[in-house]
Amino acid sequence: MSALLKSREAILALAIALLLVVIASRFPAFVTPGNLASVFTDTSPLILLALGQMVVILTKCIDLSVTANLALCGMIAALMNGAGVPLPLILLLVVALGAVLGAVNGLLVWKLDIPSIVVTLGTMTIYRGIIFLLTDGKWVNAHQMSEGFKAFPRAVFLGLPVMAWIAILGIVAFVLLVNRTPLGRAFYAVGGNPHAAVYTGISVGRTQFAAFVLSGALAGFVGYLWVARYAVAYVDIASGFELDVVAACVIGGIAIAGGAGSVAGCVMGALFLGIMKNALPVVGISPFWQMAISGAAILIAIAFNARGSGPKGRLILKTPEVRA
Amino acid sequence: MTPVLSLRDIQKSFPGVKALAGVQLDLYPGQVTALIGENGAGKSTIVKILTGIYQPDGGTIAVEGRETRFPTAQAASDAGVTAIHQETVLFDELTVAENIFIGHAPKGRFGLIDRKAMEAQAKALLASIHADLEPHARLRDLGIASKHLVAIARALSIDARVVIMDEPTAALSHKEIQELYDLVATLKAKGKAILFISHKFDEIFRIADRYTVFRDGQFVGEGAMADVNEGQLVQMMVGRSVDQIYPKRPAQIGAPVLTVTGYSHPTEFADVGFTLHQGEILGFYGLVGAGRSEVMQALFGITKPSHGAVKIGDEVRVIRSTAQAVAAGIVYVPEDRGKQGAVKGLPIYQNVTLPSLGRTSKGGFLRMAQEFALAREYTQRLDLRAASLDQDVGLLSGGNQQKVVIAKWLATKPRVIILDEPTKGIDIGSKAAVHDFMSELAAQGLAVIMVSSEIPEVLGMADRVIVMREGRIAAEFAGDAMTPENLVRAAVGIEGEAA
Repeated sequence: MSALLKSREAILALAIALLLVVIASRFPAFVTPGNLASVFTDTSPLILLALGQMVVILTKCIDLSVTANLALCGMIAALMNGAGVPLPLILLLVVALGAVLGAVNGLLVWKLDIPSIVVTLGTMTIYRGIIFLLTDGKWVNAHQMSEGFKAFPRAVFLGLPVMAWIAILGIVAFVLLVNRTPLGRAFYAVGGNPHAAVYTGISVGRTQFAAFVLSGALAGFVGYLWVARYAVAYVDIASGFELDVVAACVIGGIAIAGGAGSVAGCVMGALFLGIMKNALPVVGISPFWQMAISGAAILIAIAFNARGSGPKGRLILKTPEVRA
Repeated sequence: MTPVLSLRDIQKSFPGVKALAGVQLDLYPGQVTALIGENGAGKSTIVKILTGIYQPDGGTIAVEGRETRFPTAQAASDAGVTAIHQETVLFDELTVAENIFIGHAPKGRFGLIDRKAMEAQAKALLASIHADLEPHARLRDLGIASKHLVAIARALSIDARVVIMDEPTAALSHKEIQELYDLVATLKAKGKAILFISHKFDEIFRIADRYTVFRDGQFVGEGAMADVNEGQLVQMMVGRSVDQIYPKRPAQIGAPVLTVTGYSHPTEFADVGFTLHQGEILGFYGLVGAGRSEVMQALFGITKPSHGAVKIGDEVRVIRSTAQAVAAGIVYVPEDRGKQGAVKGLPIYQNVTLPSLGRTSKGGFLRMAQEFALAREYTQRLDLRAASLDQDVGLLSGGNQQKVVIAKWLATKPRVIILDEPTKGIDIGSKAAVHDFMSELAAQGLAVIMVSSEIPEVLGMADRVIVMREGRIAAEFAGDAMTPENLVRAAVGIEGEAA
């Protein structure tokens, strides 16, 4: 299985390389290191959200409320900034708030056994509704934000903006979490075989809860990054972006049925989408075609996944060990 | 009298298992034939062949003397063979009338279903079996007994000549069972041939006219019920020698490890009590559904008992979750390996270390070298054959998957290991290895509970046997009292000594 996954990631890496070659043939400036770095920076929010989504999907769930969570936390960050709360405290509070919003999803899935798609469809509307209640639908604009608040994500550190460093940090943390901690192992066990997980003493609900809290905390943090970077906060920011997040996971080979997938795949899935979003306008392809191409990428990725993970039969002919 | 349905020399094999090795079965009009056999004797397989779900590998099926085949379930139904299963296969969201006539509803103008005619015919059919059901009632609102009635009305509506009843009384109350007996009498009077599968001897003697006995996929005998007694039937069911060699070593039985008293569950079992000693293999025998697995699952914290106490050594332990059970030193290897055992998609070593991650991690991070070492230690003890510990568990054979699951639990250093049907569905070579290992575990001082439906395995491996029936402990045997006859008598509920 792991060899197969590796090869699937290799296929994805190849696809990204191919994409870059095609783009470079028409627009060489796109593949300069400086531009690639800026594409990576631009894709950072997607990468971070996709990492959170990945662990949720690993446990057989889905979190559609990520971007509503992001918008609510972003708005609250902007409001706190307006009220003069210092930035470090804002960062701490948005992560905590995001985690709480994620925990609401997780608790509903865990304790009430409601399918996650229904839970997060509901909370996504509620979270956006709360923004409206907080602001009466008013925007928080750039001139209402302090310079420090807006500058942090763009501040350059060792040649890369803080935003990009945060994404890199997130990737490293998730590689460790997923591969090297008991919780990470539990995500795979719960998604791979929930019945067996129960018989192993792993609580399926609690593990799913943990995944939602992680996804929520990341969404809260990205909420600040988003609002600070684009210097605007309103009800509808990042609306519809949750589908890109899920798409990044699916393209990256995270099995939608749970239990399979890797951080590397997830990140490459996000990068693939990010490169397309940034490159296609440059190459002069209309936004409508961009959507069609993104859609086709998802279907192709799913087809690959289905081929890889289909039923293998009983392996009747491969039974030397049985006869032994 | 010629039989309506006659099977001769029916063969059926599954990979690694010969389910039926040349069995015969005759069903006569207006007679109830009881099909008797232990778990795994081949009863379910023959029902599936009769209803067109399985195709036999060899042999003949004759309907009223003419040889035929049932390539599909529809073909069996067209030939007039219908089955009423333990869990009746009907459609919960449809009405009684729709269930009765699905597939052959009376048609009106334009080929549309004539609802009125359908409900009228349904009413007439239901009346003919004295069933007081509304044709337009939704099936999901009915109890199991009523669903059986609908299934029987459906059988009559397609003019079935052969009705197969597969443990029809398993889920019925006493009153409903009486009604079912009346119904069987009605069907007999209508000249239907009935194949009645049941584990309950009192029931068989009450309603059957003839019997056929299978054992290990082979035909043992048939005849009129009037010519046999219970003892003779039991003899036919189990009449084999325990010829397989079991690697049971004389055990050094020590102090009590696990004491269970008054263990009860609201719906599954009642008043179960036993003591398990160090170094002992305690067998739990019973028919499928006797409540053995349910007791074990409660001991492992999967389900919660309503009453009763569990003592580990001298210490009372509360077990409300699997984690508490593992902490108390009780581990459980479930029967359904595919579903409850191994996590397919994860490599072997990760499956083994899953409950022991606390021991293979440091500072919250897993250490792969430790994980591999632990996995290697326990899989080697079990003689697991795999290309590498990095291999996906899903690619292993059933026997080796079983070893991975057992290795996983041994790695937690338990005091009590519960093995639920440890060798079900695995090949003989792996079986012997599992038996051998079970013996070794006991010799090392572990206390072993073995739930098994295979009599030779129970007799060959266990030091003591507890027999369960209908959620209660029916009997306990040790030493010379551990005979096939005694086990089966206790399991099916016949009093007295073996004939």
